[in-house]
Amino acid sequence: MVGPAVTVAPAAAPPKTATIWLYEKSAKIYPRAVTGRFARWRWALVVLTQLVFYGLPWVQWNGRQALLFDLAARRFYIGPLVLYPQDFIYLTGLLLLSALGLFLFTAVAGRVWCGYACPQTVYTQIFMTVERWFEGDRQRRQKLDAAPWGLNKAWRKAGKHATWIAIGLWTGFSFVGYFTPIKSLWAESFTLAFGPWEWFWVLFYGFATWGNAGFMREQVCKYMCPYARFQSAMFDRDTLVIAYDSARGEPRGSRSRKAEPKTGQGDCIACTLCVQVCPTGIDIRNGLQYECIGCAACIDVCDDVMDKMGSPRGLIRYSTENGMLRGWSKRQMWRAVARPRVFVYAALMMAVTAFLVGGLVLRVPFKVDVVRDRGALARQVGEGWIENSYRLQVMNATETAQRYRVAVQGLTGLALSSEATIEVAAAESRWMPVALRIAPGAAATAGPGAHVISFRITAVDDDQTIVEKSTFVVPR
Amino acid sequence: MTDFFSPAWSIAVGSLTLLGLVACLALLFFAARRKVVVHADGSVDETTGHVWDGDLRELNNPLPVWWMVLFVVTVLFSFAYVGLYLGFDSAAEHAKDRNDARIAAEPLYTRFAAMTPQQLAADRQAIGVGERLFVNNCAACHGSDARGSKGFPDLTDDDWLWGGTPEQIKATIVAGRQGTMPPMAAAVGSPEEIRQLAHYVLSLSGGAHDNIAALLGRNKFGACAACHGAAGKGNPALGAPNLADKTWLHGWGEQAVVAMIKHGKTNVMPAHGERLSAEQIHVLSAYVWQLSQPVSKAP
Repeated sequence: MVGPAVTVAPAAAPPKTATIWLYEKSAKIYPRAVTGRFARWRWALVVLTQLVFYGLPWVQWNGRQALLFDLAARRFYIGPLVLYPQDFIYLTGLLLLSALGLFLFTAVAGRVWCGYACPQTVYTQIFMTVERWFEGDRQRRQKLDAAPWGLNKAWRKAGKHATWIAIGLWTGFSFVGYFTPIKSLWAESFTLAFGPWEWFWVLFYGFATWGNAGFMREQVCKYMCPYARFQSAMFDRDTLVIAYDSARGEPRGSRSRKAEPKTGQGDCIACTLCVQVCPTGIDIRNGLQYECIGCAACIDVCDDVMDKMGSPRGLIRYSTENGMLRGWSKRQMWRAVARPRVFVYAALMMAVTAFLVGGLVLRVPFKVDVVRDRGALARQVGEGWIENSYRLQVMNATETAQRYRVAVQGLTGLALSSEATIEVAAAESRWMPVALRIAPGAAATAGPGAHVISFRITAVDDDQTIVEKSTFVVPR
Repeated sequence: MTDFFSPAWSIAVGSLTLLGLVACLALLFFAARRKVVVHADGSVDETTGHVWDGDLRELNNPLPVWWMVLFVVTVLFSFAYVGLYLGFDSAAEHAKDRNDARIAAEPLYTRFAAMTPQQLAADRQAIGVGERLFVNNCAACHGSDARGSKGFPDLTDDDWLWGGTPEQIKATIVAGRQGTMPPMAAAVGSPEEIRQLAHYVLSLSGGAHDNIAALLGRNKFGACAACHGAAGKGNPALGAPNLADKTWLHGWGEQAVVAMIKHGKTNVMPAHGERLSAEQIHVLSAYVWQLSQPVSKAP
C-alpha cells in the first residue's frame, strides 16, 4: 500500500486493468525559514498565545489561583467568580461566542485563525524553530534525513527530540495546572509525586503536543480539522484570501536579477520559493486551495524576491476574489466588508456578548434548590397543625462564609417552624432541613390539596434574594 | 457476573462485537484498493469509477496511510476492550469499591469510636457523617429533618418512647423496637364508653375535650394504666407513650384516639445492627441524640 499509487497488472486480455490504492504515504514537507512582515506577526501571536497559556495558571487572585477548574470539587474559579456546574450556561455562551467569532473572522478575513493563532500552527512553528536550531534549514534537513545514520545525525535528532519532549511536557504540565493547583503541582514535580490522573494528562497532553507539532503538522489541518473542511461554506467573493496575481505574474519564467524582462514575460520568475516556504506543501500559484492555512509565508518570501528583482511587491498578497478579478484598491475591498453576513454574525456576537456580560453582572452569588421531603407529604403535629418538610440546598458562590435567611410566602398563616437562618462556608453547599407549619383553622380555610408557595432566601450580608417555588400539601 | 445475569449474554454480545470488528477490518482492507481501467495509450483511469448525474466522476484522492493505521489501532483497542468486558465482574468490583471506601473511612471511625456521644455532638465532622448516615438509613421513615410523621416518631423533641439517652438510642438502632398497643374495645365496653375514655385521654394533656365525657371515662382508664401508668405518663420500658403531653404520634382528636383504643396498633422500628457497623451506629446515635438537645446544634 506504500509507495507509488499505481502498479500495472501483467498484460492480459483487454480491457487492461490496474490496481490503485486509496491510501498513500504522504511526503514529508520541509518548509523553508521565512522572515518578513507577516512572519513577525506570526511570532507576535506565538508569544502572545503562549504567554497566556503558560502564564495564566500562575496568576493569583486573593490568595488562590485566579483560573482553576476544580473538577473533583466541581467548582470553577475564574477571577472573582466561583462557578458551579449549574452555571454551565455561561460556558455555552462562551462557546457560542467563539463559534460566531470564528464565523465572523472567516467571512471577513478568511483563515486568519489557522494562520496565526491556532494551537496547531503555533506549536508547529515553535517546533520547527527548534528543528532549525538542530538540523538547519530546508536543504540541510532534507540532506540530513537522506544521509545514513552517524554521530552527527544522531546528536542532532536526539537534541531536537529532547527539546521537543521538554516543551511537550511543559505544555502538558501547564494544561494540568488549569485543573489542579499549579503551585502544588510544581512542588510535586520535584519528587515526581503526581497522582495517576495528573501523570496521565501531563504525559498524554505532552505526547499529543510532540506528535501533533513534531510529526502530524499540516496533516491535522488537511485530514483531521473539521473547521478546515467547512470554512468554505463561510467564504464568499469578498473574503480575504492569499492570492497570486496571475495576470501580473504569468507567463512565468526564470531570469537573472539584472536582466530586463523579456517582452510578454510576467513578474513571476519561477523561483519556487513560495512553494518551499509553504507549511502545507502547496503551490499558491494554482489558486486558492483547501490546504492553504493563510499563514502568508509565501507573501513574505515573494515580497523579498520582488524587492530584489526591482518589481513592485504584492505578486502574492492578501486580496479578495472580487478584488483580484476587478482590480480593486484596498479601500474598495474594505468597503466590501460591509455585507449582510458580516452584519448578521456581528449582531449575533454582540447579542450573545450582551447576554453573557449581563448574566454575569446580574448573577446572584448563591443558588437554592428546594426539594420536598420524600418520606411524607404532610404530617399532623400538636393539636391539628399541619406541617410539611423540605430540604433546601443552599450553594454559596462567594469566597466568604455567608448567612442566609429563609422566609415563605403564598399561603395565609403559613410560617417556618424550624430555624430560619443557615450559615454556609465559602464556596460550599449545604442541605438545610426546613419545616413549614399552618394552624388548623388556616389549613381548613386553605382547603385540602397542594398549594403553590414560594421560598424567599436572602443573603443577610448583601441583601440579594432568590425566590424558589414549591408546594404545601394540606391532607384531606 | 451478577446473580441475576447469565454469562451467556456477555458471551453472545462479545462474539457479535468481535464478528463486527473483524468485518470492519475486512472491509477496510477490501476497500483500500480498486481495479481501474488502463487506456490504450497506457494512461491509467484514476477515477474510482463512480459516476453521478451522467458525468460527475470521483477522482482518487488518496488518504494518508496513518489514517488506515489509526483505524487498525482503534480496532485493536476494541479487541482489548471486548476482552476486558468478558472478564468484567461487576459484583467483585462493587465489593472492592465498598472495601476501599471502608478502608478510607477507617481512621475517621477509629477516632469517632474513642469519643463520647457528647464529644461527637460537638464535632462538626462527626455530625456531618451522622447526618449522611441518617439521611441514607433513617430519613425514609423519620423524614429528612428527623421530625417524623404520623406513626413515625419525631426525634427532635424531648418526648421518647423508649428513652432518649445516647445508650438507649443506640439500643433502639441496634436491635430495633416493637411497640404494641392491644385492641382494648372488649375491656372498655360499649362505643359510648370508648368515646368517654377517649375524651379522658384527651383531657390528660389539657387539650380540647368534652368535660362530662372525660369525667365519665375516667374510671375506664384502669385498663390503660397497666402500661401507660395511673397518670398516663407512659413507660419507656414498654415503649408506652406519654398520653399527658402534646405529642400525638398516631393522630390527635377523638376519632384517632377512639380508633387506637378499638383496634390497637403494632409499630415497628427495624433493627439496624446488621446493616450498619458498630462505629457507624455509635456516630448515628450521637447524631440522633444531639437533635433533641436544646443548644449544642453543631453548625
